[in-house]
Amino acid sequence: MIWFWILIAGIITFLTRFSMIALINPNHLSHNLKKVLTYVPSAVFPAMIFPAVFLDKKGLLLSIDNPQILAFLFAIIVGFFFKNIILTIFSGLISYWILVFLLS
Amino acid sequence: MKKKEIFLDGILAVSSLTIPVIPFGIIYGVIGIEMGFTPLMTFAISLIIFAGSSQIAFTQLFFSGASSLVVIGSVVAINSRHLLYGAVLSQYLNKLNLGWRILLSYLMTDQAFRVSSFYLKKNKNKFNSHYHLLGSGFTLWFLWQISTLIGIFLGNIVPEKLALEFTIPLTFLALIVSELRKIDHLIVIVVSGITSLIIYNIPYKIYVIVSAFIALVIAYFLIISSQKTKK
Repeated sequence: MIWFWILIAGIITFLTRFSMIALINPNHLSHNLKKVLTYVPSAVFPAMIFPAVFLDKKGLLLSIDNPQILAFLFAIIVGFFFKNIILTIFSGLISYWILVFLLS
Repeated sequence: MKKKEIFLDGILAVSSLTIPVIPFGIIYGVIGIEMGFTPLMTFAISLIIFAGSSQIAFTQLFFSGASSLVVIGSVVAINSRHLLYGAVLSQYLNKLNLGWRILLSYLMTDQAFRVSSFYLKKNKNKFNSHYHLLGSGFTLWFLWQISTLIGIFLGNIVPEKLALEFTIPLTFLALIVSELRKIDHLIVIVVSGITSLIIYNIPYKIYVIVSAFIALVIAYFLIISSQKTKK
């Protein structure tokens, strides 16, 4: 069953890439829709980020001094200043390890 | 210019953007294994979907027991940005035959789009300019598959204690850090995030789609209101 959904996800991903290249008229999308699409990452990713960081496995809010939250806030600061994808990921991960393994 | 030279040009142009792709692919491979997918499945997802953030969302949501429709809906939402790329590229590629368009669509990624749309625009009347997109797209495809394999290998040996699933929110954060300085994007980010926390417990993990949708409606109103103030 998983294979089926992998295939569906693959086909849909391909279609989003293929759709406009396949169309002859490039001005098919309205100006406002194009603008809204530029906000897609800012709208989708936080909905996956916030619960993973701020909630425990039962869906309850973690306390603010949880190492996961602190490491995440550190990664935001690093990301804000350096705007670097890999630096953001590793600053969060390494500060998490430091908080969990060294300070506990 | 010859086809081969344009192809190599594409490879060179994209090479500076490939540095983050390798660790990202490794992270995906590790996450795939940690989320309980077999090595074959994890690799097949890289071949079939070939879109980093969608793949991570796919494996994570599937693992957390989201309904299949929510998983697919999230993949659609994340990939909808491709519509923009296609809208830009179509004016340069619509003379190519179907085989070429299928191949170039499959290979189109954020990075390949960035370098090759620039080249295609500059060399509008040049014959064979699409070989540039083939070069940049293929380079990323190749590196993505190799780094996925490395990640699968590492995923089987790293201890669970390292809590590598924490790289999932960090990876998604990394993809939007450049938007944090824009106030309109920041509003959309906060709206989506807070909404997802509030509605987290509604069934089938539908919070991802609902939160994203609400945030996009807000984005739409922000666009409308900024246009009004400009006038």
